[in-house]
Amino acid sequence: MNTPLIQLENISKRFGNLDVLKGINLSIYQGEILVIIGKSGTGKSVLLKHIIGLVQPDSGRIYIQGELLEELPSAKIKSYQKLLSYMFQENALFDYMTIYDNIALPLIENPDVIPSRIREKVFILMERLGLRGIENKFPAQLSGGMRKRVALARALITDPKLVLFDEPTTGLDPVRKRKVHEMITEYKEHFGFTAVIVSHDIPNIFNIAQRIAMLKDGGILFEGTKEDVFKSHGKILNDFEMGKEI
Amino acid sequence: MAVMQIKFIDKIGEGTINKIESLGRIALFFAVGIIHIFIKPFQGKKILDQIVFIGSKSIFVIALTGFFTGMVLGLQGYYSLVRFGSEAALGSAVALTLIRELGPVLTAIMVAARAGSAMAAEIGVMRISEQIDALRTMHINPVRFLFTPRIVASIFSFPFLTALFNVVGIFGGYISGSVILGINQNVYMGTVIESVSIEDITGGFYKALAFSVVVTTICCYRGFYMHLKGEFGARGVSTATTNAVVQSCIFILIVDYAITFFLV
Repeated sequence: MNTPLIQLENISKRFGNLDVLKGINLSIYQGEILVIIGKSGTGKSVLLKHIIGLVQPDSGRIYIQGELLEELPSAKIKSYQKLLSYMFQENALFDYMTIYDNIALPLIENPDVIPSRIREKVFILMERLGLRGIENKFPAQLSGGMRKRVALARALITDPKLVLFDEPTTGLDPVRKRKVHEMITEYKEHFGFTAVIVSHDIPNIFNIAQRIAMLKDGGILFEGTKEDVFKSHGKILNDFEMGKEI
Repeated sequence: MAVMQIKFIDKIGEGTINKIESLGRIALFFAVGIIHIFIKPFQGKKILDQIVFIGSKSIFVIALTGFFTGMVLGLQGYYSLVRFGSEAALGSAVALTLIRELGPVLTAIMVAARAGSAMAAEIGVMRISEQIDALRTMHINPVRFLFTPRIVASIFSFPFLTALFNVVGIFGGYISGSVILGINQNVYMGTVIESVSIEDITGGFYKALAFSVVVTTICCYRGFYMHLKGEFGARGVSTATTNAVVQSCIFILIVDYAITFFLV
């Protein structure tokens, strides 16, 4: 396989007396959809936050395209971080801003982006995501599915190379869940980003997964391509889906 | 016994370290916020929005508080001064009390209660709903985005609101002293103009500036770091808001004493 886009090596994190991550090793490859599953409280969201830099590991190494993160100059770290985007479980939209302002925010706050270009870019993205006509509304005036799309639009407005999705279908009905999954695959093809999805939506999430990693007690229980994982760990996945302890 | 002593010392040590960490954090929070005032792009619209929220929307409550404070001062002052046959000095007493002390202090306390509590609650809700984390993932400095416009708006708004409080308060003193209790209005206004010096006004202005920094920094900081207090969700926000207002009021009085000490 190629050099991973991001590689986590022996990552550990402790909050107080709780070991949340215990020596995690995980690779993310360019252009793939990696799905991370596991029981609640196994450190899936914390793992995502390590990837985007919201949380720093207590120990371990992070490699970006084969280069050790801690050895990179800060300018290069910043430019790497600009290639990442994060879609929050509860969307984290700003209630007091209009939909247009929410989507445009990362560009408005970037002094390098020409203001006239922002409007054009936002409207093109809104058109593609079926959000035209709601630019002056506020998040509270939208349905759950629409808010997800707005959050996705905000995550994509900076043309990221890697988008991290933290339980993107939580709280949605089955129809909307399917639509969000379709939306991720469709836009992944369209915009060409790499996706890492933390999800509890089993088995539906397997329809879009290319690789699967399962976390248990702060460690990776198994990781591999969908086919390999189904072949070698099918029983565990089945038990997990049925709600049995694994 | 020895174990209990060690635990006791351990607790004191832990508490001290936490306090020092907290002081360092608030100093850094303040410094980052201030530095970003001068870093482009300037946040003009956000500052104007905050001036409307902190300044314009506080005008009514400040005017009302100022008016009744002035009326009470007029009433109390009159009955105290009349015992010594000095009721003619009422204008001077009301004006100096307001301009030197009560104007800046009560304005700051009222703004802390109205706008400061809202700042702490709003930023606290942004913390628990991951909006602050979202800013970081968008490569936006959250201190610059949330604190800088508010501190600039406060620095502009507090002196103006204090001046309003003083003017309306002096008018309130006039209503109770001259209109209700019958002191000659020319005497009242004459002693006001005569007794107030430019040093009194600038002293009150310095206090208003200092209080704007104290209130905004404490309230924004409390909301921003509410998760470090070990309480989350709605309860965490309510605790952060209460702490923000109480601590603001305490520090207003401490800073008031410190400034007064150097001014007199």
